[in-house]
Order: sequence, then structure tokens, then C-alpha cells
Amino acid sequence: MQLNGAQILIEVLKEHGVDTVFGYPGGAVLDIYDALYKASDKIHHVITCHEQGAAHAADGYARASGRTGVVIATSGPGATNLVTGIANAYLDSVPLVAITGNVAVNLIGRDSFQEVDIIGITMPITKHNYIVKDISQLADAVREAFHLAASGRPGPVLVDIPKDVQQGQCEYQKRPPAPANGRRALSQEALKQAQALIAASSRPFIYAGGGVVTAGASEALTRFAESLSAPVGSSMMGLSAMPHRHPLFLGMTGMHGRYAASKALAACDLLIAVGSRFSDRATGNKLSFATGKKVLHLDIDPAEIGKNIPAYAAVVGDVKAILEALLELGVSRQRSDWEEEVRAIVRMPDSHLGMDHSRLNPQMVIESLYAKLADEAIVATDVGQHQMWAAQYYKFQRPRTFITSGGLGTMGFGMGAAIGACMGTGQRTLLITSDGSFHMNLAELATAVTHRLPLLIVVLNNSVLGMVRQWQTLFYDQRYASTTMDGRVTDFVKLAEAFGAKGLRIDHKEQLDSAIGQALTWEGPVLLDVLIDRDEKVLPMIPPGGTIDQIILRG
Amino acid sequence: MGDETFVLAMLVNNQAGVLTRVSSLFGRRGYNIDSLSVGETEDSSISRITIQTNGDDRIREQIVRQLEKLHDVRTVTVMAQERTVLRELMMIKVQAGPDKLAQVQEAAKVFRAKIVDLTPTTITAEITGEKAKLDAFIACLEPFGVTELCRTGLTAIGRGEYKLQQQQEEQTHGEDVL
Repeated sequence: MQLNGAQILIEVLKEHGVDTVFGYPGGAVLDIYDALYKASDKIHHVITCHEQGAAHAADGYARASGRTGVVIATSGPGATNLVTGIANAYLDSVPLVAITGNVAVNLIGRDSFQEVDIIGITMPITKHNYIVKDISQLADAVREAFHLAASGRPGPVLVDIPKDVQQGQCEYQKRPPAPANGRRALSQEALKQAQALIAASSRPFIYAGGGVVTAGASEALTRFAESLSAPVGSSMMGLSAMPHRHPLFLGMTGMHGRYAASKALAACDLLIAVGSRFSDRATGNKLSFATGKKVLHLDIDPAEIGKNIPAYAAVVGDVKAILEALLELGVSRQRSDWEEEVRAIVRMPDSHLGMDHSRLNPQMVIESLYAKLADEAIVATDVGQHQMWAAQYYKFQRPRTFITSGGLGTMGFGMGAAIGACMGTGQRTLLITSDGSFHMNLAELATAVTHRLPLLIVVLNNSVLGMVRQWQTLFYDQRYASTTMDGRVTDFVKLAEAFGAKGLRIDHKEQLDSAIGQALTWEGPVLLDVLIDRDEKVLPMIPPGGTIDQIILRG
Repeated sequence: MGDETFVLAMLVNNQAGVLTRVSSLFGRRGYNIDSLSVGETEDSSISRITIQTNGDDRIREQIVRQLEKLHDVRTVTVMAQERTVLRELMMIKVQAGPDKLAQVQEAAKVFRAKIVDLTPTTITAEITGEKAKLDAFIACLEPFGVTELCRTGLTAIGRGEYKLQQQQEEQTHGEDVL
């Protein structure tokens, strides 16, 4: 049938089962919005307050639901406002399709009104991007974008559609979507090599990354760990991949990881990395990280093998398929006193995360939230100290319940991400944030209120940029350059009320449980403004580029 | 571990922006490009890019794997030196009148270069070959006063049956093991 470009785009979105898109209208996407208007019974468009919020919402939607997120923005500033969100999705391998309008083809290259080269700008932060100048190629470009975003190692893909292409007419024929993840055959030789390496080890340690969550490999990972009786640690992106309460799970490793997890990792003879890319925040000193051990790297992206940490052996492919294949081949290891050694590490006093119960503190807040919400909520965060406290103290049991900006470390991610996660799952969503991060994109409260989302926003408010302050305390002789926010007198409770949400303040520990309880009875978004001390620290901490021997355990 | 120079040949979709995608990948990941040449192949939908670069084993491996991730890159090969014909084209202009023509022609003959332009004040020669030969020719003409010089960058083709194979879409990456 004959359709215009905008309608063809909507039809291809429908081909891929898209029922929710996030975005913001503008001059160069008027036709797309007109087509969305006519298709509003099939596709729900969520307008945010800022395109960045829309990009983060599409990202949060994808992370929580496992489906590809879609965001739409107009040309020029609309497109550039997506950039942080796209980069964020790229660094954390989140499937995202970004649609931008552009000026008409004959106006491109003339510095026309609201024209930018968004293809050039997003080239380094997308898996691929397209500018469609010929309407006959539009449907296939969008189909390819969906295929690329979700296949292999997922990531963002951008399709830039000039206005005249949206308006032009072309024949459209419906097609079923291409199978998302063409399973690539695993190398039997590599699997056997991996099996042999595991069989020769006596102290294996499994290090799980975000790839385990992406691949839906949690159950396979758990069985794999159990069959080897091997301890498991995870990167921050790998949190929720293994149930926190599983006896083999030691917690997060890395800069702010658990002492026990980092210590056991350091003591192993075989490091089995599953779906991880060895970020510098996770490894610390790259030279000593792998000293005295062999690394078996399992990952879908061949370019990750040997990129940051040399691999002794590797299997490339979908990590769920790899783990299942290894289990089928049968894995065993040398008998040793490894389990006893790990138990001894776990029992060490330093392995216990400390907490001061005498006064209100952020760790206590996270524990109370977990006690009340248990495993029912999706948890999103912004970036900074609160993010690390959430990673350390929330006990994630189910995959895709921890929505956080790992690679890019984007302050301001949380509001949009929480909205997207909430809409993608229909579940109550907890946003753990701080006054610094929340100030960045708090306008999205209006979006949450519009949709009466069951969103609990907990602002750990210390009137400082806490993580930067922590580094200034530890490494810059307490010169607090631009991190003390005493001039800001934002009243978050009134702010929430002004947006039409509920606001509550907590300034001593006795209020904590009742305030959380009260918040959970409220329909729609609630904000808890929790006043904490500005010198709370995220501990333990391995200094950047450091090793477990340099770990800072007490403030 | 030492850095070595090597030549990459790749087949890419002949589309706008492909060269930018390839060269910006080198830029942002901190790899060097010593020379780069590009042109259409026997199939007009496919271009061939030849890049001369350097690095240790890890960097070479990384460059190939990162390039392979680009959607428009169909295949990447590190050209095996002993099985590859390498060529570069250079044009070189010297400040010399007809009185020097015989001397320049003599040099050109030794290097199998061609005189392609002649004016009362300049002589321009064209030469193809490998880098060392071109460098030697420059040295030879320097006494005449080189006023302008341009090189195309290296291009490379495998000897005999050694040719770039296009990767099939369904090719497995499962064999990639270090």
C-alpha cells in the first residue's frame, strides 16, 4: 500500500511490536507525530520534559523489560539532546533505536534552521547509524536498525529521517521482523579448551558482568557456579545476574566492591569472566589484576577478548549458550580447600559491610528500603555515592531489577530511566538518587506525575556532590572545589508538591520506616527527602588504579 | 611486544561516510594511520581500503576486531608481507628548466619513473613502487629542488590465489579464540 514516510516508520515500529515510544515533538518530526497521533491506539507516545529524559527513559525501558527502547526527537537541539542518552546506552550495551528528524534533503549542508549532522555526532556512540535520503530505503533502514540494536552485543542505532522523506510517498509492504539474535555456532574447540582449563584449575572464581543479564543467562550462571562450587563476584553491571542470597555469591568486586569478593578474586587461580569487559573501575590496576591467575573470557564480542585484560583462553558467543554448552560437556575442577578458603575470607571481619546504627545514614536507608520493598521493585539510580550504596546494600535477587549507568556514569540518568523502567514493566520503581544528580533532570517529575507512576524517589540529600567530595577528602587535601552546595536551598518536599507529587522529609532515623511505609500507600510518585551527613563515605574503596592491598576499609 | 608496521586491506560498502567511520575509529581508539588509500573494486557496491599502521600484537588484534564490528566493513585482512604486492604512486615536481632535463630523465630511467609534465621552470615525474624505492627517488631528485610532492598512500593486493574473501553474513565468530 502507498504510505508516506512517517506512516512507513510507524508501520515498521509496529512490525517490531513497539507499543511505547518516548520523545519530544518539533518542526522536523511533525509528520512523524502526525502519524503517531493517528496510530495512538497501537503506540503509546510518552512525552518527557527534555529529550535527554526521553533517551534515558527508552534506555531504562529496555534495561528493565529486555525489549528495544525507542526514542524520537526533532532535528538540531532535539537530536543533540539525545547524545548523552545514546552514549549512555552505548557504554552499557543497551538496545535502543533513536529516530531523529532532519531538515529536508535539499537544505542539508546549508546550516539550515535546526540542522545538525547528527550522523557525524553520534558515529562513535552508536553501533551504526543511517540517514535516509531515499524513501524507498526507509523501511529497510528502520528494520536493520532494530535488528542491529538487539543482535549480538546490543547497543543504540540512530536513524535520521529528513522532513521531505517523511512526507514523500512510497509503496509499503509489511514484513515479519528478522530473528533478533542469529545464534552463532560456538567453536567446539574453544569449548573443549575452556573445559580443560577449568578441569585443571583448583581455585576458580566466576566474575559476572552485565552480559549475563543481557543474555538472560542468570539461571545458567547459577548452575555453572554450583557445578564447580565456585564463588561468584560481579561487576556493578553484573549485579542482579545472580541472586544476592545465593551462598556462592560474594557480591560486587572492584573499586567499591565487597572485600570478600575482591579478596577471593585476587586469590583464585582461574578467573572465569562471563559477559564482562574489564572496565577500569572493575579491575583497578590492570597489571596486578590478573597476576598469578589464568583468565578464561566468555563474551559475545570478539573485540573484548584481550582488550583490557589478556585472556589465556576464550569462547566467543552468547554467554547463555556458552554456559549451557559447558554444562552439557560437563565441568569439574581439581579438589582443593578452595571452598574452605573462601568461607574463611567471607568470615573475615573486613568482609562485613559496616553500619552505624546510632544515627540516620545512607546505608541504613537502603537497607530499610530493601526490607520494605524486598524483591518486588525495580531499582534505578543516578550516579555518585548513592549509586554505590545502592549497589552495596540492596540485595538484588532478580535480573533486570537494577537500572544504573555503569560505563558512562551519567548523573541525571535516574529520573528518565526510572520512568522508562516503570513503564516497561508496570512494576513499582524505586529511584535512589541524591540532591546533585536529581537537580540535573528533576523536571521529569512532571512526566512521572502525568502518568501517575508508582515511583518512589529517594533523594539522599547531603548538600554536596558527595562522590567528588570523597575524592577531594582522600586525594585533594580537602579542597572542596565547587562541591559544596550550601547556596542551594531547594526544598525537595515543596518541589514535589509543586509538581503534583507527594513529598516527605526524613531527618532522623526514627522517621525512616514510617515514612517509607506512608510513601508506599500513596498512589503516584512520592519523593522522600532524606537528610544525610555530607561526610558519609562509600567504603570499602580501592583507589583508582590500585589493588586489593590498598583497600580503604574505614573512613 | 614490539611495535611493527603492517598493512590492512578491507572491503567495505561503497557508501557515504564509510571512510569517516573507519578513520574515526582509528582516531578515537588511539591507533595510528601511516597511510590510507581507498577506491572502488570490480564490484561497484564495494570499496577497498588499504591502511598502513603499526602496533604490537595486541593492538593489531584489536584494530582488526574493532574494524570488524563496523556494520559497513565486510572483511578485514592483515596482509601477509611475503604474499603481497605493495605499491604506492607518487608525483614529484622539481624546480628545474630544460637544461636539467637530461639529468632528471637519467634518474627517472634508473627508477623506472616517467616524466609527465614539463614547463620552462619545472619537471614533474610519476613513479610507482614500494616506500623505500619512492624515498630513494626523492633523495635522488632533492639536489634539483623538490617544490611539490604527493603520494597516494600504499595499496596492496595478494599474490596469486591469495585474495580478500567477503565474509558471509552467517559466518561464525565462534572460532575466535586467543
